Amino acid sequence: MNADLIIALPEITLLTLACLVLLVDAFSKDPLHLLTYWTTQASLLAVLTLVLYYFPDNAQIAFNGSFVSDSMSAILKAFMCGITFVVFLYSHEYLKEHKSLKGEYFVLGLFAVLGMMIMASAYSLLSVYLGLELLSLSLYAMVAMQRDSKTAPEAAMKYFVLGAIASGMLLYGISMIYGLTGSLDLLTIAERINVDDTNHMYLVYGMIFLIIGIAFKLGAAPFHMWVPDVYQGAPTSVTLFISTAPKLAAFAMAMRVLVDGLMPLVSDWQSILMILAVLSMATGNIIAIAQTNMKRMLAYSTIAHVGFLFLGLIAGTTSGFSGSMFYIISYALMSMGAFGMIILLGRNGFEADMLDDFKGLSERSPWFAFVMLCIMFSMAGVPPFLGFWSKWFVLKELVASGFVELAAIAVLFSIIGAYYYLRIIKLMYFDKPDSMTAIKSSKQMRFVLSVNGIAILALGLAPNVLMSLCLVALAG
Amino acid sequence: MTLNSLPILSILIWTPIIGGIWALIAGDRQEQTVKYFSFAVSVITFIFSVILYCQFDPSYAGMQFIEESDWIKAFDIKYHLGVDGIALPLIMLTSFTTILVILAAWDVIEKHISYYMCAFLILTGLMNGVFVALDAILFYVYWEAMLIPMFLIIGIWGGPNRVYATIKFFLYTFLGSVFMLVAFLYLYSQANSFNIEALHDVPLTLTAQKYIFVAFFLAFAVKIPMWPVHTWLPDAHVEAPTGGSVILAAIMLKMGGYGFLRFSLPITPDASLFFDDMMIVLSLIAIVYIGFVALVQEDMKKLIAYSSISHMGFVTLGFFIPFSIVAASGSSSGAIMGMEGAMMQMISHGFISAAMFLCVGVMYDRMHSRMIKDYGGVVNSMPYFAAFMMLFAMANAGLPGTSGFVGEFLVILSSFEASFWIAFTAAMTLILGAAYTLWMYKRVVFGDVTKESVAELKDINGREAFILFLLAVVVLTFGIWPAPIFEVMHVTVEQLIEHVLQSKIL
Repeated sequence: MNADLIIALPEITLLTLACLVLLVDAFSKDPLHLLTYWTTQASLLAVLTLVLYYFPDNAQIAFNGSFVSDSMSAILKAFMCGITFVVFLYSHEYLKEHKSLKGEYFVLGLFAVLGMMIMASAYSLLSVYLGLELLSLSLYAMVAMQRDSKTAPEAAMKYFVLGAIASGMLLYGISMIYGLTGSLDLLTIAERINVDDTNHMYLVYGMIFLIIGIAFKLGAAPFHMWVPDVYQGAPTSVTLFISTAPKLAAFAMAMRVLVDGLMPLVSDWQSILMILAVLSMATGNIIAIAQTNMKRMLAYSTIAHVGFLFLGLIAGTTSGFSGSMFYIISYALMSMGAFGMIILLGRNGFEADMLDDFKGLSERSPWFAFVMLCIMFSMAGVPPFLGFWSKWFVLKELVASGFVELAAIAVLFSIIGAYYYLRIIKLMYFDKPDSMTAIKSSKQMRFVLSVNGIAILALGLAPNVLMSLCLVALAG
Repeated sequence: MTLNSLPILSILIWTPIIGGIWALIAGDRQEQTVKYFSFAVSVITFIFSVILYCQFDPSYAGMQFIEESDWIKAFDIKYHLGVDGIALPLIMLTSFTTILVILAAWDVIEKHISYYMCAFLILTGLMNGVFVALDAILFYVYWEAMLIPMFLIIGIWGGPNRVYATIKFFLYTFLGSVFMLVAFLYLYSQANSFNIEALHDVPLTLTAQKYIFVAFFLAFAVKIPMWPVHTWLPDAHVEAPTGGSVILAAIMLKMGGYGFLRFSLPITPDASLFFDDMMIVLSLIAIVYIGFVALVQEDMKKLIAYSSISHMGFVTLGFFIPFSIVAASGSSSGAIMGMEGAMMQMISHGFISAAMFLCVGVMYDRMHSRMIKDYGGVVNSMPYFAAFMMLFAMANAGLPGTSGFVGEFLVILSSFEASFWIAFTAAMTLILGAAYTLWMYKRVVFGDVTKESVAELKDINGREAFILFLLAVVVLTFGIWPAPIFEVMHVTVEQLIEHVLQSKIL
């Protein structure tokens, strides 16, 4: 077989399987779409196996330098598949409960994963863009899928329009860079800038548009306006999806574009990211305090987390990038648990997405209150949970690169952030429940959510494996 | 396996934590089992701390019982434990206090007894961890993780205003701590190690030391707490359940002091010298001003909380006076005396404040009020209780013969070597302390019984008497014969002073 095809085998397989799932669903009459669901999950596992089986020892480049498979992409892809697997498990439960189960949800989801995987492996600006658009278009459709809902179409519209603008910005930036360096290939771009830096100002000009695109996809302030509305308006299952795996892809995109392609301009993008980081941490953490809707609060918390994620990139060292990677993976795990909890509490088509729905949870279900406690303390960055180590890692790299003041600002905002996470714990443990209705949900949902919570604690007690993984991912 | 090869420090940390998890799993339905089990766990922990004390070599200044293994290899973070003369008494104090807290909760806590026991046992393990951690990150993990059970203790079992108090407590201490983390990260970039002993030796410029000192100061001054960052303490103390107040006063405050000794002084000795005057002035303000504040309190718990802050002023005074003493007299013997006095004050305050809070707890359980005006003439219905409380009130006021006297006396004595006026101001506590404690005692215990509810009070039962008796024995023993504590810490303090007096400017 052609060597190029082997390198891209997971993506090719996923594409084939996604088409297969589409066919399966077209001929299936099952209202629960069980066959579609299980084929989807099996596809994800198959792709996960392929990714791990063909784990690259060193960077392998394919398709004339527009596609790369290295350890970072492989690890990110493995996490994307694993996380999406869990997301679909939660989603199936949610969609069944809300009687809006459609086979297309899973098909679109698989295409979104394909887009993410391409982003993780993109080695030219064109493949970055292709992957991004595949991901985004699938997500727009997923948000809009609840046609009769009042909020979902609005959220989808907002997401689509703003997303289109961001894509336009990104394309404009790409064209600028292409015009100046004569290449779309990230490695070539880096080489040419290294050799000839006479167009520095124009390069920075183009780069700013690329950063805007990245910032939009990650949801960094001041390009965060879509995040709260989409998170709140979309069905929880979609919000759950948007807030987890695609963040890994957006991180990969930032790494590819800024580090692989524009590393010669590091001091320029460092200062831009610094502004974005501080703005994001401030906006996210402060506005989250005023929210009464859980999904909206988590949306603002995402914005704050993205600010923290940037800190690792700002450090500008390989281990700093590893820190960011660790951060985004931990964040995806925590976010998955948090939205999973919202799905767990909802029932009979009723969304438990207000803060007050968490009132007295410790009386209703001590175990899941504890799971949520782990997730919230973890997001606040309190040891011994995973979230502490992710903050620790990026802060450490930031300080090692000499940005001590920035680290001090970051921790200050994380204290403000701690307040609204504590408030959830207060609602769960210190308040009385409004009703004592038992939580009903399937065994598998309970099991996976419990594992999710325990994982956050366990990885917090022994973070070394995941840390080493992230260090290895970027060392090569 | 012989006793010597046991990983005794790990046992001290993990026995209560695992016991706590078990208590949680056993659940509220097996109430009696959980209580007896938790009591057994706390006693076992205490026995191990006694074994530790017996095997401790007081003539060796460095770390003993060292345990070291990799935790996060990529960054050289180790699970590194050890104990020296400063940490040992605090570990004993922690393990001892836990027994009291668990006994004190016996019939009192009605809601979720298994959660309660679990929270306190885990808290004990984490606090022991703070005192024995020799890796800065490990220390930080214990230090912060400790906030979680305390947050829940105040929030779940606390008084009417508990939510405000507990969130204030958490955010306040969190605020202080995160800057300490940044300082650790900076130190790592200088020393390439998180080993606390290695950090002691890393040379730093004066500017860097100042920043690090301020970061540490935020963490430890909030915790101990010093004026003007003390305001979380009265709220937390008042709203916390009795057990929570006891742990807060007896141990958590001591962590601030421990932090100064373990981090601020040895890592930034030159900055400590630079900020010496400021620290002394803040300590004196705490001693005098907070003493006056305590005088006007109408809530007993609040009064004791303020008295704690005032007493902690002695601790910080004793820790930072050595520079002035050496500057004034040129010898370090006075400095050692001051620091040992401050250490003694920490230990003794642990017992006395615990006892005071337990006394208030005994009354609160019967009357459900902490207000002084709701009492009066308690001695008529609770004579035994009144006798115990008398002793503890005297100890709190620093009466000779009780442990409260030893520490204060040594600190005042040593500060004479630095300056008469420092000593004079500090000595005002002897009057103020007596005034606020005994005046409260008088209003609560003596006088005519004017309220029917007071007349109907039942005297302490066997369990309460046992708790107070234990404390009374300790308070009197260390008041008359404090040598066991001084013995274990003397060499370590000596070495610390020697280290602190050497400049390590880069």
